Amino acid sequence: MLGLNSKDFTLFLVVVVLVIAAPILLNPFPSDSAFAQFNAGYPALMQRFVIFGILVIGFNILFGLTGYLSFGHAAFLGVGSFAAVWMFKLLSYNIVPAVLLSVIVAGLFSVVIGYVSLRRSGIYFSILTLAFAQMMYAIAYSDLLGKFFGGIVTNGETGLQVYNDDPQILMSPGDPTVPHLFGWEMNSSFTWDVGGWSFVFQNGYYLSGILMLASFYLAIRIFRSPFGLMLRAIKSNQNRLAYTGVSSRPYALAAFVISGMYAGLAGGLLAAMDPLTGAERMFWTASGEIVIMSILGGVGTLIGPILGAGVIKYMENIVSTINDNVVHGWFAFMPDGIENILVTVIHPFIGKGWHLTLGLVFMAVVIFLPGGLVEGGQRLGRLFERRKVEEKPPTATTEPAE
Amino acid sequence: MTRTNYSRRGVLKTGGLTATGLAMPTIFTASSASAFTNEPTGSSVKFGFNVPQTGPYAEEGLDELRAQELAVEHLNGIGDGGMLNTFSSKALDGTGILGKQVEFVTGDTQTKSDVARASAQSMIQKDGCIMINGGSSSGVAIAVQGLCQEAGVIFMAGLTHSNDTTGKDRKRNGFRHFFNGYMSGAALGPVLQGAYGTERRAYHLTADYTWGWTQQESIQAVTEAMGWETVQNVLTPVGAGDFSSYIAPVLNSGADVLILNHYGGDMVNSLTQAVQFGLKDKEVNGKNFEIIVPLYSELMAAGAGSNIQGVYGSMNWNWQLPDAGTAAFVRSFGEKYGFPPSGAAHTCYVQTLLYADAVTRAGSFNPCAVVEALEGFEFDGMGNGPVLYRAEDHQCFKDVLVMKGTENPTNQYDTLEIVEVTPRAQVEYAEDHPMFAGGDLGECNPGA
Repeated sequence: MLGLNSKDFTLFLVVVVLVIAAPILLNPFPSDSAFAQFNAGYPALMQRFVIFGILVIGFNILFGLTGYLSFGHAAFLGVGSFAAVWMFKLLSYNIVPAVLLSVIVAGLFSVVIGYVSLRRSGIYFSILTLAFAQMMYAIAYSDLLGKFFGGIVTNGETGLQVYNDDPQILMSPGDPTVPHLFGWEMNSSFTWDVGGWSFVFQNGYYLSGILMLASFYLAIRIFRSPFGLMLRAIKSNQNRLAYTGVSSRPYALAAFVISGMYAGLAGGLLAAMDPLTGAERMFWTASGEIVIMSILGGVGTLIGPILGAGVIKYMENIVSTINDNVVHGWFAFMPDGIENILVTVIHPFIGKGWHLTLGLVFMAVVIFLPGGLVEGGQRLGRLFERRKVEEKPPTATTEPAE
Repeated sequence: MTRTNYSRRGVLKTGGLTATGLAMPTIFTASSASAFTNEPTGSSVKFGFNVPQTGPYAEEGLDELRAQELAVEHLNGIGDGGMLNTFSSKALDGTGILGKQVEFVTGDTQTKSDVARASAQSMIQKDGCIMINGGSSSGVAIAVQGLCQEAGVIFMAGLTHSNDTTGKDRKRNGFRHFFNGYMSGAALGPVLQGAYGTERRAYHLTADYTWGWTQQESIQAVTEAMGWETVQNVLTPVGAGDFSSYIAPVLNSGADVLILNHYGGDMVNSLTQAVQFGLKDKEVNGKNFEIIVPLYSELMAAGAGSNIQGVYGSMNWNWQLPDAGTAAFVRSFGEKYGFPPSGAAHTCYVQTLLYADAVTRAGSFNPCAVVEALEGFEFDGMGNGPVLYRAEDHQCFKDVLVMKGTENPTNQYDTLEIVEVTPRAQVEYAEDHPMFAGGDLGECNPGA
């Protein structure tokens, strides 16, 4: 189907269903129940799930296939966001030029950075990308471009946003004053109240979702293509590739640019959902977060990085909002003494301590599931399918050596 | 090479699926029936307290959170009522707001605009908050103010001192009780002239974001007007940690005054390092070298320890003030937490009460009604004397305190002493003053 083999097609269908039904699936608890705290089905967070999904899908094409670990991918995200906000400021709130330009600009930046960085491999490549990203962060943070040209380009720490007196030359009087797709406003939504639940279906989320599905589809095709095979060859042994007479650098550069453009698309979409951007999006911790997302989910697998992105964004947005009052609410039925002890024990892991919880989860995954969450899923699957596997005769195909 | 066979059935199936997928969102474009965003329908109303709990301004953020919790208690009639007893408007009676109990959710802004907006969005979309209070950094406050304007909820700014918050970034749905860089400059000027004379050479270290820029601009304008010379202004990144590389050049610059436009943990670090470099004991141009910190807070003073002795700065409010409102607030806060509140805590506490009062006077939670009730509102009894919420830019006008690090502290909270209470008339400015120009409040947005 769609040029995919049946296994990939099933996976793709599952992802399609998940994206469409996310507003319902992520809201399992009624709004006024004690567990509503854990609901993730509100538009802003779902947007982040799919947008960071796009980012890590692209990152996975580079890291998962070629093995080049870029430590500066957040820079492309940031560049994309800045390009998009400038389009809002100069043209209009229509997101089409904004998202297109953000992809193009991120692509251009990745050509230049990739061309230089890919002359080295391994740790040196990582350090080069990190250095470039930090340079770009410093330029954006201190708005050196703005100081050079006179005026504002990135607006430093305050961040770039759209003002009422910006040119917006394509804007006609009746146009919406929020990002829109030909009048279809990104932040308008439909709320469906059923019983104690209230599900919110938002335009912006679905637009990002559709683009995420398109990116995912493209990534599967790349994974399964001869080009993807060549990228894997780079990962397994670049010297051998060179001895067979293949120049690997153009392939690596292509992979780098593709993943940079994915990051640009994600950055453009972030700005389209919320028309403000700042330099902190390009900081090295943001780049590190992308790497952690991939490793947490499972590097080189199709779905893994998306899961990783989801887990991290969930922790950041949900665990960080749990405070002591909430925990007291959970344990209110217990005697005061025990309640207070439990709250004291949990306290370091919630609210501002969410980084600690994330760190523990990350360590657990890396130690017990080196293949990421995907490996966890596979092990679970095997647990339930063991009998079936045993009945099957051993497969005749041999795995190629890495 | 791949070869693709398109069967009629396959094409139809895929086409149908894609069409449904694309059409999915368009079915759901109808807007909901409520009159404004997050109209409270049950027996309670929810506030969002969005403060930095990590990062360079975390201390201030956590103190804000304490005060916000206290404000909610007082609104719900728990405790002694604090400033509700001294507040000039008597609309609030300690039974919640318009008969609804007040609840709150908290979030961590990490002193980052992106994170702060994500957290505020979660409060608005997931928790159904009707008002967002907080922000301990002007960059964050401006970012969240813009978000609240778009979403159609009220933003009661907490600790934000940049001129831009109610200057070029002012918004109809946003209100600021705290003072700003211009007011700090206007209040500090005469005191500095009295203490250090008119022939000084100033070196500025400035936090590189909206607050630092406008703070530096304000204080430079004031000091230059009284004859001081500005040697140099160096921008430093927020949260830099180590400022020694910025301070070393000061020694040989020929400057005899160092103005630290830093705040929070940054100010503690830069001041401590400046003192370690021996700046305070130095003599330049035949004068004692002096350090000035335009914006002070108790938490910074506590963090910097003895280094702040004799250093001038300004504050919005201080717990040592003698009026009844201050006494009431300091008593409730002290009884609950065991130490006096900071200026950041005070402004968040007052903002929460002011919002609740405006809702009660307006008789509605509708943001547009609240805006109308707050614009041009005059009140007293909140620790700052008579205060005006100016309608043109949503900035509060009140007296400003000029402070100095206590030379001989008697206890651990005795870190700052009040040098002068600068009267409101001296710090007032026109709403189209060049440092505040270019802003546009826009229309009030009730959302929905």
